[in-house]
Amino acid sequence: MAVRDRARGGLGTEAARPDGIPKVRGDFAFSSDLHVDGMLWGRTLRSPHPHARIRTLDVTPALAIAGVSAVITADDVPGELHYGLISADQPVFARDVVRFVGEPIAAVAADHPETARRALEAIIVEYDVLTPLVDAEAAAGWEPIHPDGNVIRSVVIRRGDAAATGDVIVEGTYEIGMQDQAFLGPESGLAIPAEDGSIDLHVATQWTHSDRDQVAACLAMPTDMIRLHLAGVGGAFGAREDVSMQVHASLLAKVARRPVKMSYLRDESFVGHVHRHPARFWMRHHADRDGTLRRVEVRTTFDGGAYASSSMAVIGNAARFSVGPYRVESVDIEATAVRTNNPPCGAMRGFGSVQVCFAHESQMDLLAAELGMDPVELRLHNALRTGDRLPTGQVLRGAAPVAECIRAAMAHPMPDASPDEVLARPGGAGRTSTATEIRRGTGLAVGIKNLMYSEGENDTASATVRLAGGVATVKSAAAEVGQGFVTIAQQIVREVLGVEEVVFHSASTAEVASAGSTSASRQTWMSGGAVAQASRLVAAAICQAVALREGLTPEEVSLDGTTVVTPTARIPLADAVPDQPIEIATTFHHAPTEPLDEDGQGDADVSFAFAAHRAVVDVDPDLGLVRVVQITTGQDVGRVLHPTQLLGQVEGGTVQGMGLAVMEEIVVQDGFVKNPSFTDYLLPTTLDAPEILATFIEEPEPDAPFGAKGVGEPPIISSGPAVVAAIRDATGAPLRRMPVRPADVALG
Amino acid sequence: MTVLLPDSLDRALAHLAAEPGAHVLAGGTDFMVEVNYGHRRPETVLSLRRLDDLRMWHVEASHVVLGACVTYAQLLDPALADLMPGLAQAARTVGSPQIRSTGTIGGNLSTASPAGDMLPVLAALDAEVVLASSTGVRTLALSEFVTGPKRTARRADELLIAVRVPVANGPQEYLKVGVRNAMVIAVASVAVVVDHDGRTVRAALGSCGPVPVRCHDAESWVAPLVDWDARRIDDPRTHEAFGVRCAEAARPIDDHRSTAAYRSHACRVLARRALARCL
Ligand SMILES: Cc1cc2nc3c(=O)[nH]c(=O)nc-3n(C[C@H](O)[C@H](O)[C@H](O)COP(=O)(O)OP(=O)(O)OC[C@H]3O[C@@H](n4cnc5c(N)ncnc54)[C@H](O)[C@@H]3O)c2cc1C
Repeated sequence: MAVRDRARGGLGTEAARPDGIPKVRGDFAFSSDLHVDGMLWGRTLRSPHPHARIRTLDVTPALAIAGVSAVITADDVPGELHYGLISADQPVFARDVVRFVGEPIAAVAADHPETARRALEAIIVEYDVLTPLVDAEAAAGWEPIHPDGNVIRSVVIRRGDAAATGDVIVEGTYEIGMQDQAFLGPESGLAIPAEDGSIDLHVATQWTHSDRDQVAACLAMPTDMIRLHLAGVGGAFGAREDVSMQVHASLLAKVARRPVKMSYLRDESFVGHVHRHPARFWMRHHADRDGTLRRVEVRTTFDGGAYASSSMAVIGNAARFSVGPYRVESVDIEATAVRTNNPPCGAMRGFGSVQVCFAHESQMDLLAAELGMDPVELRLHNALRTGDRLPTGQVLRGAAPVAECIRAAMAHPMPDASPDEVLARPGGAGRTSTATEIRRGTGLAVGIKNLMYSEGENDTASATVRLAGGVATVKSAAAEVGQGFVTIAQQIVREVLGVEEVVFHSASTAEVASAGSTSASRQTWMSGGAVAQASRLVAAAICQAVALREGLTPEEVSLDGTTVVTPTARIPLADAVPDQPIEIATTFHHAPTEPLDEDGQGDADVSFAFAAHRAVVDVDPDLGLVRVVQITTGQDVGRVLHPTQLLGQVEGGTVQGMGLAVMEEIVVQDGFVKNPSFTDYLLPTTLDAPEILATFIEEPEPDAPFGAKGVGEPPIISSGPAVVAAIRDATGAPLRRMPVRPADVALG
Repeated sequence: MTVLLPDSLDRALAHLAAEPGAHVLAGGTDFMVEVNYGHRRPETVLSLRRLDDLRMWHVEASHVVLGACVTYAQLLDPALADLMPGLAQAARTVGSPQIRSTGTIGGNLSTASPAGDMLPVLAALDAEVVLASSTGVRTLALSEFVTGPKRTARRADELLIAVRVPVANGPQEYLKVGVRNAMVIAVASVAVVVDHDGRTVRAALGSCGPVPVRCHDAESWVAPLVDWDARRIDDPRTHEAFGVRCAEAARPIDDHRSTAAYRSHACRVLARRALARCL
């Protein structure tokens, strides 16, 4: 047993990632790879209309097909007919009305995917097509398309002197298109019924316990009869917070009494999960001559699509952070999420902060231009600091190195002049650019993101740590979606217990309590906190055992780091472990938060993280083509726990944000997704990804385990707005919409 | 599903004669996407994999003859790229290295997508398409072969076996606009071919009509303005006006990838730049 005072692979080190090698070698099993003998293939019948009344639904022809084991519709749902992340408003299967293109109507299980497809074709559905509601701004005045109404949530934040104004006023309207999480692993899983009627569901998800609860409710089964196992997750980014095929596969398995696998096809996946909300903004900023912000007014509408998903939380974030990371005493904010017959929108990395950042940062640039002030100086002048009040009245108590983030992003060297290589210029492989016609621009943007759930949500994470035979095992239901919690958990145990060999056991819902969702940049803090807490309890138990063994009082045994100290000896913790295994389960809580009152006031958030991005772009103004040359960033991380994993989050998030700025958009026309493929939903390639230079600001967060802030979301918030600002700088085009399309630059 | 793997052209043509409904499979880079999306459900697949001759090319008098299964990677080979630089440039814009190693010129022509990158270059090169069946061989001009978006004159019993490209002595350019810097479908593209011997300039547009669009008016307008002895155009306004005339030939549409207005605009800019690089 290798034990040191401070085990290798602790916090701050480049600990080896346990799933790294299998993933690189292609040995790692993703949820779409699941297989058991005798399994059936499930498929879903979906609405071809954005809004229609179902006149007839007849599944008997499908049941008559040889090889078809089960066909289910709303009539077969034994329990709750609706599910939802926050409010259960989405039907398991549409019964009377369909509200978006792709809404599930029925599901089949058959011996072969092809049989399943034919079964879907055989189902007879007749519709009375209704006029779809596709304009978010018309939603509030439109007749309700759902019993819960068309306004999902409206958040008002009012604070300070409503008459406040400044020497300078700038006003603008902005629009953000619909981004997709675009994970490569489709929605997929395998439901296996057991003899006793219980079901094991293996699925790629962000939160096993939440899935379990929703499946159990819809199947009218006790929660312990559904065991959720995390299957290999091929990317998530928020799109696996909502249930997709979970209820359908479980119900098919229950009805067919056979294992059922479901795996969405690519075009199906584009309608099978929620997207980032498209949004529209009007903003008005008032400032003094010296740049001091006096008042900010915001009106925004987020298109939630047909069902609520997490729209109420997203719109809460949008409202709370619509001013950005700046100090302002007077605000008037109204943010509304509405229901339409467009594809449902919900969680995506950045969760409301991404949309608002484009608007507030565009406004800051307008303001700087109006004041004749350097945009960097304007931001530094207004940057939030510890002790400032947010628009909600909440006092910022933790680390708030906003100015440091800005300075760090700006301190990186500028890139070289445009290269003399056509591939590296705008248009890339298309060879469109001529060196003399390229213009370079630079832009800066700064973002704020809350960490953890907000507005009074009682969010917890549980974990178990077991120490036996010199090996520590973490049992946790925290969903590893690629971010690397599996590594962090091991590092934490090594740090606290000094044990080198740590196993991460991805536990089913039957083995441990909920870890909460892998979202909101929360797992390192929450599940990391639970693992640390459990490890410390294990250490305490070891001390107790030592006291008992040595005939000492508990007070005579203490811990110094990972060393047990007695009046006569210093023993490494791991050597002091008693023969019987020690296993401790614990639940971690963050500091409580409050809901907002009717004026949007309240201590709604646990903690905040900040990042600034500076983008340098080359633009071909005639064609409107862009090559992002470099993005530099300063990010407030609290403490670096794993340098490479942190950089992975920062590079990935930065490029995903850049994608939204220049190419990523789900094009929706009259309720139909026009580009449900990776041919037409464009993601940045390596030829599009810029050089990325990052500086991490390590100012420990007082309440956070080990002082570390969540790092997954801040990188995506301001990188896109920085790129758009740089394109504006290069071209002078106003660019009130993100993504920027070539025509927006070339044709104005 | 039956997969036929003939090892000679005659056998392949005999299979097609017997079963004209068979789906021809070359590199599969369009074919498999269609299968995955359920747009194609082949009962019988005729694979060209073992027809080694179709992967060859040779020079025949004043023509380069490309076997239908010549890949993009082959077109980038300097030996071919020197003969047809525009086709090599177009090949470089296609997909990713994987796609370029697998996808074939015959597949691109047979798919006949308005955005197919081979089409405008082959149109500007005055290329011909050779079709074979068990009853004979026929040669069609590209404009006769591509009859509409994703429609060709190929009969179900025929195989596209070769593409014949007249060698042009002079510079060539292919420029393609996409919203990403690589691996992207063309929003608009322009091919310009200069033939010093014939003293012609030929241009064609991609993604700007149901089939590749030849810019005949622009071509005949510009030819007399070229200083053929110096092999250049001195007045930049000629490049600009050429761009305008090429764009006038475009018949673009609005779709989810772009707008007709932007496509016309891009044609103008691309044609100007392509000509300026050539002359
Ligand atoms: C990721 C990706 C990126 C791509 N990028 C581009 C791009 O940038 N530009 C572009 O133009 N295309 C692109 N494509 C499309 C495709 O790669 C090309 O059209 C390619 O040339 C098709 O050739 P193939 O050999 O793969 O044809 P296949 O897929 O095998 O066949 C295509 C069609 O042609 C028929 N066919 C093939 N050969 C013959 C023959 N000899 N005789 C008769 N019929 C035949 C087949 O039956 C089928 O209908 C891309 C595809 C993918 C998947």
